[in-house]
Amino acid sequence: MCLAIPGKVVETFDQRGLYMAKVQFGGIIREACLEYVPETQVGEYVLVHVGFAISRIDEAEAERTYQALRELDQLSELESPVVEEIEPPPRPWGRG
Amino acid sequence: MKYLDEYRDGEVASKIVSEMRRIQTRPWVLMEVCGGQTHSIVKNGIDHLLPEGVELVHGPGCPVCVTPLEMIDKAHAIARCQDVIFCSFGDMLRVPGSDGDLFTIKSLGGDVRIVYSPLDCLKIAKGNPDKRVVFFAIGFETTAPANAMLAWRAREEGVNNLSLLVSHVLVPPALAAILSSPENRVQGFLGPGHVCAVMGYSEYEPISSRYKVPIVITGFEPLDILHGTLMTIQQLEEGRACVENQYSRVLNRTGNLPAQRLVSKVFEVGDRKWRGIGTIPMSGYHLCEEFAQHDAERLFEVAEIATLEPEICISGQILRGIKKPHDCPAFGSLCTPQHPLGATMVSAEGACAAYYAYGRHLNPQSADALLQIAPGGGARRTGKEWGDAGAA
Repeated sequence: MCLAIPGKVVETFDQRGLYMAKVQFGGIIREACLEYVPETQVGEYVLVHVGFAISRIDEAEAERTYQALRELDQLSELESPVVEEIEPPPRPWGRG
Repeated sequence: MKYLDEYRDGEVASKIVSEMRRIQTRPWVLMEVCGGQTHSIVKNGIDHLLPEGVELVHGPGCPVCVTPLEMIDKAHAIARCQDVIFCSFGDMLRVPGSDGDLFTIKSLGGDVRIVYSPLDCLKIAKGNPDKRVVFFAIGFETTAPANAMLAWRAREEGVNNLSLLVSHVLVPPALAAILSSPENRVQGFLGPGHVCAVMGYSEYEPISSRYKVPIVITGFEPLDILHGTLMTIQQLEEGRACVENQYSRVLNRTGNLPAQRLVSKVFEVGDRKWRGIGTIPMSGYHLCEEFAQHDAERLFEVAEIATLEPEICISGQILRGIKKPHDCPAFGSLCTPQHPLGATMVSAEGACAAYYAYGRHLNPQSADALLQIAPGGGARRTGKEWGDAGAA
């Protein structure tokens, strides 16, 4: 888990003031935070570590690194469960 | 696959190795710092491609491995609390503490959840206001910006049922500790590429000049590692010691400034214990006072847990480059990835786990004996060709 995984930014959006993206890693799309590479645009490639882009890279580097990580079996974190935003359960006694 | 070939090119690899042979006049011991590099070296047999006398030893750069047993026990004590949702990166779940692992706690009814991103914990905490949500914030500098953002957002958004159990470690103090040990063998480092993508590499410059060791920041693909090794040997043979960047296509000297800024607002540097090595001064991040209400160590009354590592385990010497996995009498017998005894076997990025996964059960002498028998074997230079050059 010391390595970052390259992916392609396919969509950007705002999530409560955080600059976020949908990033494509091979056949998997996951959310990533772009706050640390705020100049990133849709279509560009970034190195993502635990859901945060830490560096922008070019397409060639992205493809090379992705394949190398796949061979090293270092892509398993992408299969971690997706946590959906859920509303807090209503409290019968109201908010306190 | 169109871009892959140039970094796998066997011809380029053999040119790099030939150049090493051409310039090398004596044996050298180099350490790759990052667990990803170790994994790549062992999987691809890069150490076997190197000229005889160029030895790679494996460094402490596996965050799961070096998380101290006391901290794992503390995590387990918190995860057992009825009102706690304990969140962790997947790698930590099967790391055994003194009494089982997080998977066991989950199977016994504990609410233990794997998260992909630390930000997932914010969603979990908001969705479960009656629970205390604790995130096991481990990692090197690569992970620190993500964990820092979690603490920052928790405070900004007033998510008061969320806290972090922080066990963060820093690479440069560990290199200094390795170099200042009287047993040290390491003469040059392949520095950690993705750590430096965040931090840059200026903080390695004082270490390189103080201890007069080359540090070459290196990627983790096979040709990256060969190239980084050549660059380090070039410095050693020329009597130079500086920081160079083999991985310039990904990182620069300054690193990621927005990430460094947030990390410095959330964390402060303090002493940290490393599994297998012991306490290294100023080698870890702790939450700053302003984040005390999100600091699980302050919130949970977990008594200091004294834990003992098995005496037979030599992971501390492996992490400092003094020994190799097959020097350990327990390797592959008493100690396996299913029943790890120490730091370097607990994660796939640990040196022992990598040696185990790729069938490195023999010590190098036995392997050399096999090479002599095998057709085409014995092509490597023997130790005698080095005369009495000795170690530096």
